Amino acid sequence: MANIINDETIEYVGILAKLELSDAEKEQAKADMGRMLDYIDKLGELDTDGVEPMSHVFSAENVFREDVVTNGDDRERLLSNAPQEKDGMFVVPPTF
Amino acid sequence: MDIMDMTALQLSTAIKKGETTAIEATEAVLAQIDAQDKIYNCYVTVDAEGALAQAKAVQERIGKGGLTGPLAGVPVAIKDNLCTEGLRTTCSSKILHNFVPTYTAEAVKNLQKAGAVILGKTNMDEFAMGSTTETSAYGVTRNPHNTEHVPGGSSGGSAAAVAARECFYAIGSDTGGSIRQPASYCGVVGMKPTYGTVSRYGLIAYGSSLDQIGPLTKDVADCAAVLTALASHDEKDSTSIAREDTDFTAALTDDVKGLRIGIPNDYLGEGLDDEVRGAILRAADVLKEKGAVVEHFDLSLVEYAIPAYYTIAAAEASSNLERFDGVKYGYRTEEYAGLHNMYKKSRSEGFGEEVKRRIMLGSFVLSSGYYDAYYLKALKVKALIKKAFDDAFSKYDVILGPAAPTTAPKLGESLADPIQMYLGDIYTIAVNLAGLPGICLPCGTDSKGLPIGLQLIGDCFQEKKLIRAAYSYEQGGEPA
Amino acid sequence: MSKQYETVIGLEVHVELATKTKIFCGCSTAFGAAPNTQTCPVCTGMPGSLPVLNKQVLEYAIAVGLATNCDITRYAKFDRKNYFYPDNPQNYQISQLYLPICRNGGVEIETEAGGKKTVGIHEIHMEEDAGKLIHDEWEDCSLVDYNRSGVPLIEIVSEPDMRNAGEVIAYLEKLRQVIQYLGASDCKLQEGSMRADVNLSVREAGAEAFGTRTEMKNLNSFRAITRAIEGERERQIDLLEAGESVVQETRRWDDAKGESYAMRSKEDAQDYRYFPDPDLVPITVSDEMLAKIKEKQPEFRTEKMARYKAEFDIPDYDIEIITGEKPLADLFEAAVALGASPKKASNWLMGETLRLMKEQEVDAGDLRFSPENLAKLIVLTEKKVINSSVAKEVFEVMFAENVDPEQYVEEKGLKTENDEGALKKVLEEVIAANPQSVEDYRNGKEKAIGFLVGQTMKAMKGKADPAAVNQMLRELL
Repeated sequence: MANIINDETIEYVGILAKLELSDAEKEQAKADMGRMLDYIDKLGELDTDGVEPMSHVFSAENVFREDVVTNGDDRERLLSNAPQEKDGMFVVPPTF
Repeated sequence: MDIMDMTALQLSTAIKKGETTAIEATEAVLAQIDAQDKIYNCYVTVDAEGALAQAKAVQERIGKGGLTGPLAGVPVAIKDNLCTEGLRTTCSSKILHNFVPTYTAEAVKNLQKAGAVILGKTNMDEFAMGSTTETSAYGVTRNPHNTEHVPGGSSGGSAAAVAARECFYAIGSDTGGSIRQPASYCGVVGMKPTYGTVSRYGLIAYGSSLDQIGPLTKDVADCAAVLTALASHDEKDSTSIAREDTDFTAALTDDVKGLRIGIPNDYLGEGLDDEVRGAILRAADVLKEKGAVVEHFDLSLVEYAIPAYYTIAAAEASSNLERFDGVKYGYRTEEYAGLHNMYKKSRSEGFGEEVKRRIMLGSFVLSSGYYDAYYLKALKVKALIKKAFDDAFSKYDVILGPAAPTTAPKLGESLADPIQMYLGDIYTIAVNLAGLPGICLPCGTDSKGLPIGLQLIGDCFQEKKLIRAAYSYEQGGEPA
Repeated sequence: MSKQYETVIGLEVHVELATKTKIFCGCSTAFGAAPNTQTCPVCTGMPGSLPVLNKQVLEYAIAVGLATNCDITRYAKFDRKNYFYPDNPQNYQISQLYLPICRNGGVEIETEAGGKKTVGIHEIHMEEDAGKLIHDEWEDCSLVDYNRSGVPLIEIVSEPDMRNAGEVIAYLEKLRQVIQYLGASDCKLQEGSMRADVNLSVREAGAEAFGTRTEMKNLNSFRAITRAIEGERERQIDLLEAGESVVQETRRWDDAKGESYAMRSKEDAQDYRYFPDPDLVPITVSDEMLAKIKEKQPEFRTEKMARYKAEFDIPDYDIEIITGEKPLADLFEAAVALGASPKKASNWLMGETLRLMKEQEVDAGDLRFSPENLAKLIVLTEKKVINSSVAKEVFEVMFAENVDPEQYVEEKGLKTENDEGALKKVLEEVIAANPQSVEDYRNGKEKAIGFLVGQTMKAMKGKADPAAVNQMLRELL
């Protein structure tokens, strides 16, 4: 296996992705990610010098909307799925 | 003719003639669901009450001549990653176990305009990540042809519901084969249209640059009719394309004379089940006998599509799924210490293993120092794959091959080895990378009686060629 | 301090654009609505929702780029900046990293020494604003309001070309002026429609390499910016003098305490995993689009100053002040167009308006009185319907609540008494009541007439034209 994923990397990816893994899950994730990256490394066999990265398949461009208000007050529905709400707002643990 | 044996088009014709009603059809299909779904588990949510109310309203409009389209009054099943206002939408994930959308996906709205009766939401791999519908948080779906086998995925619930006659047609989404592969396993017709043909507004995103909504139906004529209803230019989706001719039913002609069909040698090689190979080549012979020009060729780059796909899809998914955080909707963990702990616990408890695996991979390939080597590299390979298809379509109208290397595997066999599972997508994935349309239709069964699917791939915006070829094959049947 | 240090400063300025709707959805951007009442599935990160770019945002961004001498990127894209925070509903912000809309510009500022200097602009990019977090002290939690989420911003990133707080303020004032002239934003620091983050490092005088920089946030007045710059310069020099090194970090300025503190946390990896947003398509700026925007560019300050000089007979100093703030120039031009004399309009702006603005701490953008009412007031004084002291009184009310001066003068009965018979009657009474002053005047004491005029004005409750009183008095005597 060419790609060895260590504890630090898994910890770091956990911070980025906001995932907290148990020790067993971590071990599994290290192995899985290492294998996947080995597999992805196959792309290195291809010479892509001078190839433009393709994010969109079509040449669609310049899709705009006009600056016109189309939406009204939808607060009640917005909050209908909130795990916790107060005074028309979403409640989260303190951020200050 | 028993209602349950009817195709969507036959049913709407019967309703129009007054031989039956939307209400009768809805009641019949709800009874079917009630009788069978404990076994198959095609649905995450069945909305019996809502369906009957819709059926009454639709029948009234049909009676008054207000609804005349070919899908008026026909009950449909919707994959559970399409938002439906007031109807729970879970993506088969615990993290959305209680999420009730406040708006309806544009594609579903288009069906409603055509007079559809929505029965409920079908099971799927969690967030469409999987090929077996086994990663659902709401139990596995079983293949109606053999309940020991998977229905495929990720639109496994939709494909199985069509096969089990628990709906007259269904809607799925296809990011790497998620309509075509379950269609293949369940012996139904499934189509992924050209990227941008159906609005993605209201489709809960997995890989935004690859996701496309499409029909799962009993036959090719239904498929063309449903795609015609689904397709629209939507100003709410920047990637939606204004296409001029979207009456796909016009292509339902039994004529392939002179149609140039290419079979990639790369699609018949190692890993392909012999029975599947045999069925595919026999299907090609049918088309050849009907006047198509069939050739074998080298497509190239096929083995690079999977690693490119998993890099791009995982990267996009890692970002698309960030919004599930326990703040605005969905699951929030019971106990937590502070904001970041709330995020981590809610997400770790709310997402299943496969989803977490892909989020981790996606976060890693986008992270500082790896972006160029992985993500950008994959986008370059995508450009090369697109080029390979462009070259192929300069010679052929249609590319023909299998949709999957095997027929439906047994439950529990696939998840143990993720990479092995990913390899099962080898014939479908490149189509999404290149934004192409692809259709899968039944072309026989293997010795175990499991369906085999024939995949036809077209150039961008050439759905009609696919529909014509598929319809012609369907009319011709199998050679003896 | 044994060594000489040079401060190196670059700014990241966020400006809220004056569009009617948000950058990616049709929700209103109006200020001050009840929490979460200006939201939709797009700006609250509802599953399945998708963004569509507001064309006006692009046009404003290009207009600002052109006005600050930038190259306009002909093929631009949006990228996702990924980080978790509750004010950011998708947990990624749609911004521009790889292909920002404007690059390589600069503006000229005047330094304190009186010279000129160009501050380079590295890039300008478009992005969406975040929602607002409110701390609930009773329940020790935070509340999220997404009304601001998705409000369009441009971020103007300067080169590290500034060397002291004076240059920073001059640069910000210049940006504000240009953007206000374009009508692209009102640029109010206090309300947050213009926000500046300061990147600052120090190096030994003469050194070529830059020192390690810090980024300071939460600076919402010129005073706070100035104080934060001085504070951070000192903090960094102290570290270096003590043989320690500056840590590259983001710091939050606490203006009340006059100090900054590091914002880093263990959960804050500062690795944003930017990648092109697959939900948005690329932007190509055609020659035609560019020409249209150029055509719409307004007259900027330098051109305006030259025109005022040629058209209006007002002092250069007045021109400089009035054109320095777009709202003042707009008021001036509109009042003149309505028939007010340029000289009088300028006097009202330079005198009473600036006095009251300073006294009541009102920004030019928040002035309430309309040019129509200013023009009316000027006409009232010119026609001697009211005298100048009554006019000042009326103006104060106009300044506070934009009353119609004609109506107000009528209602309050402030008109100058122009009935000669009535005036004569009052004058005769005043003369009769003040024989000593009359005597003094007749004996050549000029001052006595002033007293008599004053008495007459008092008797008429101020509603007389002092010049007319003066003249008639002399005639009668």
